[in-house]
Amino acid sequence: MKAITWVMACLALQASLAVAGGNEEHGKLLYEVYCTQCHGIHGNGKGINAASMAVAPRDHTDSAEMSARTDEDLFKAIQHGGKAVNKSVLMPAWGDNLSDSDIHDLVTYLRALCCQY
Amino acid sequence: MSLYRALLVYGCLACTANLSMAENIADYAVQQCGSCHALQPPGTHSPGIIERKQRLAPPLYYAGNKFREAWLVEWLQKPERIRPAGEFPASHVTSKTGEDVIDAASLPVHPAVDAGTATALAAYLMTRKASDELVANSPYQDGTIALRMGQMNFGKFKGCDGCHQDAPGYGGVSGPVLYNAWQRLTPAFIASFIKDPVAWDPHTLMPHTEMNDDAVNKLALYLKAIGGEQP
Repeated sequence: MKAITWVMACLALQASLAVAGGNEEHGKLLYEVYCTQCHGIHGNGKGINAASMAVAPRDHTDSAEMSARTDEDLFKAIQHGGKAVNKSVLMPAWGDNLSDSDIHDLVTYLRALCCQY
Repeated sequence: MSLYRALLVYGCLACTANLSMAENIADYAVQQCGSCHALQPPGTHSPGIIERKQRLAPPLYYAGNKFREAWLVEWLQKPERIRPAGEFPASHVTSKTGEDVIDAASLPVHPAVDAGTATALAAYLMTRKASDELVANSPYQDGTIALRMGQMNFGKFKGCDGCHQDAPGYGGVSGPVLYNAWQRLTPAFIASFIKDPVAWDPHTLMPHTEMNDDAVNKLALYLKAIGGEQP
């Protein structure tokens, strides 16, 4: 049991280090370029496209909501779109526009946006 | 002077005049269009994604692959906004109440030119080609699609209306309006761009749709269905 706890703690630490290791500034630039049209220039889900959408874009400043998503969930949603995580098709797949490193930086910025500012 | 020599001299003069006109319009395009539009493909020293944030207008180095020449001639004389939120939406947004809205006053107005200049510019832009192989491999197949089915596909199934309008006032505002896309774009380009937008523009805000050729073609045919009469 102790061993399992230790392994899980290590995995959690690895995940958090991975996010912490991303380039937040670059993630912020990517967010401004690719995400703000729907998620808003403040990340509150109220971008210029939001009014015409059947499903409201995620509020990335909602700490409780964002804390319920793992980094892997966020990475997958950005890379393969909302459909890949059982969410709306209105969230497109950005995996061909963005490299894994870019998405990693975006996840890092999302964590800062939701829970640090 | 024999008739042959006279024709030869006339022909040379005509060639020189045409060449001169072509050079002039190319210079004109560089001077008048080049400060906002990229007329040459990005080099190997691309500044990266910051280029997209700083971009003032769509790149035109593949205009000859993209536009219908007749539409260009008309539009250049009477430009109408194609992108409701401008080339880089985040630069034209205010958020005083917490909800983002387009700051219309910040949107630049495209200058109009006379008919002669428009015709010459359109002809010049038709020479700007970068991706003939993408056009050649376009999945476009002419056909028809039921309007209602096309509309559901565009909106509910594919989510294109998140960013694009398929009728004035209906749909998102960050992307180009598409209710007149069929008038301005070639069918092969439409399908090719939907299939692989990054291949055309590495910094495009159009996501890769992960659709097969048939699904891409259905969207192109929807734009045909709503776009009015065109060959």
